[in-house]
Amino acid sequence: MKIRITLRTFIAVTAFMAAIGPYSGPEILSLFDEEPWSRLIFFLLGYIAMKDARGEEQPASAVWNMPAITAMAAFEVVMLGYGRAAVNAEWGYFLAIAAVWLGAWQVIDTIIEKISPKGRHVWVLNIGVPLIFGLTLLLLWETLTIGFAVPKVILPAPSAILLRLVTSIPILAADFVQTVQGIGAGYVIGCGAGILVAVLIDRVPFLQRGLLPLGNLVSALPIVGVAPIMVMWFGFDWQSKAAVVVIMTFFPMLVNTVAGLAAAGHMERDLMKTYGADYRQTLLHLRLPAALPFIFNGLKINSTLALIGAIVAEFFGTPIVGMGFRINTEVGRMNIDMVWATIVVAALAGSAFYGLLALLERRVTFWHASYRQGAA
Amino acid sequence: MSIEAPAPRGIVARWTDGQTIPVLIVVLVIGVFWYLGAMWLNADLQRDLFANGGKTEYTTAELIEGTLSQERPKLPTPGQIIAELQKTVIDTAPTSKRSLVYHGSVTLSATVLGFLLGSMLGMVLAVLVVHARSLDRSLMPWVVASQTIPIIALAPMVIVIMNQFDITGLVPKSIIAAYLSFFPVTVGMVKGLRSPDPLQMDLMRTYSASRMQVFFMLRVPASLPFLFASLKVAVAASLVGTVVAELTKSEDGGFGARLLAGSYYGQTIQIWAALFAAAACAWMLVTAVGVVERGVSKQMGARP
Repeated sequence: MKIRITLRTFIAVTAFMAAIGPYSGPEILSLFDEEPWSRLIFFLLGYIAMKDARGEEQPASAVWNMPAITAMAAFEVVMLGYGRAAVNAEWGYFLAIAAVWLGAWQVIDTIIEKISPKGRHVWVLNIGVPLIFGLTLLLLWETLTIGFAVPKVILPAPSAILLRLVTSIPILAADFVQTVQGIGAGYVIGCGAGILVAVLIDRVPFLQRGLLPLGNLVSALPIVGVAPIMVMWFGFDWQSKAAVVVIMTFFPMLVNTVAGLAAAGHMERDLMKTYGADYRQTLLHLRLPAALPFIFNGLKINSTLALIGAIVAEFFGTPIVGMGFRINTEVGRMNIDMVWATIVVAALAGSAFYGLLALLERRVTFWHASYRQGAA
Repeated sequence: MSIEAPAPRGIVARWTDGQTIPVLIVVLVIGVFWYLGAMWLNADLQRDLFANGGKTEYTTAELIEGTLSQERPKLPTPGQIIAELQKTVIDTAPTSKRSLVYHGSVTLSATVLGFLLGSMLGMVLAVLVVHARSLDRSLMPWVVASQTIPIIALAPMVIVIMNQFDITGLVPKSIIAAYLSFFPVTVGMVKGLRSPDPLQMDLMRTYSASRMQVFFMLRVPASLPFLFASLKVAVAASLVGTVVAELTKSEDGGFGARLLAGSYYGQTIQIWAALFAAAACAWMLVTAVGVVERGVSKQMGARP
């Protein structure tokens, strides 16, 4: 019989070895006294991978075997980690981690193979696959930090971060509110001013030619550096953070809106002219709607910039609350899990706001080519 | 976008039609407002200074002159900043810790190292993503999502953790710079490598080109405009990353350290000078990438 080396072969080998290898310390007398249940599961994982690897005719339901057993093995390996392996992990434990990782990879491969990107179950591809990948990464992070006994001050396990997050919700919430005040005010003023100035200079090509190159230049500069100056001008509270955010968000918005206002085609403009529309009508009914995709692009870029600006500005001084302040002080006190918890909050806030913008964009610019169905 | 002249014309017309004159005028206006702002913002402080010096009678001219030449003004004038730049860039020896050239070289070396590392990694990852469907489906959504989060918040932690492993000097700062430049390059390069349209891919197939040939003769050349656009973003991002890293790791110097020291001691002129120098460096880096781009696309036979 010819053996083809595939991913499944590797899964089978690692899983079988994980089924017989030692999980912790060498003082174990009999291998099968140690976690018999886990060994059974890893043996099953190996068996199923081997059976799949042979490529024999199997019932259609067999496609569920691999995901199910991989999920069970993942659960087992986490449990092993919290058990004795935490003290003195041995090679069996690391092979078990490897088997789960390869198993998840196989599951992803199978999903991509079986589900067509044009079919009804496309959400499995778009959401399920990244989710499995993310969970696998978390699992590797969790089990490996346990297995290698990584000190908490270097890299805390995800569970430790989650625990810290849940137990310090009041502090994190206060930080969040403090920082979001600055971001919100700065974002609204900065983006608003950007759009407004773009509309104003739209009638003066001379100003456009003068401001746009400057705007493009400024977009590439390290504007975060104005943070210490703004802190001196506007004090330690959120106003100075808002000022930094205003400066950071203004130019991207200006450049994007000006580009957007130029986006309406000649045909449409001529049509407006034949309707006898004046400047204001053309602006409101044609050019601003046509500029919306660009405006949303600017808003999206700015959502990240605003977070960066506010957090970095807090490195230069705040009242004793705020996400940037928290990160900076807890790093100094070696509470790395608290730093991670704050970063998780910032990341969630950032992606949630971005997601909201994306949803809104879909709603408002449904007519745009990139959202039209069946075009490609 | 500028409107381009249909045919070559006289020098004067080219200047007024182009961007040079408008930009100069806008800069001039900003300069005027800057001086006015400096007078306005510094006036209170100057009155206090006069009062403390026992000088009760002073003319407006004296007041204005005073606002423009304070030692620690709220807003220094462009003239003061340029004088400070001249003092710290030209008049001070580059080896001195007071020289901005010294600090600039610290920041630039970390930035360039990080940028090279990050963009290299980004390109490799992009090639993998384009050729491995499972990576594309599982990893790319996370790379894209990571652009929406303030990665820079990780900087202080990365520095401190590296310190525990006795990794000091350039490397920790470069790693942050690399991390920041890595994502835009991956996203841009993947977009670029995917940019050949089905017609072009089909043509390659009719030539019975191998995967390697399709990659090097079609995908890579097609990706270059995307790559360079994202490299420009990346090099600016890595400078920001280095500067922020230097806030945490200020003992080695660099623009970030200058900003921090200036903010501690209220040395506003020093902050502004560091800011201007950092801006000049960013502009230089972006321009350098642009020059490389022009060279490469000429090699590739692109028409300007």
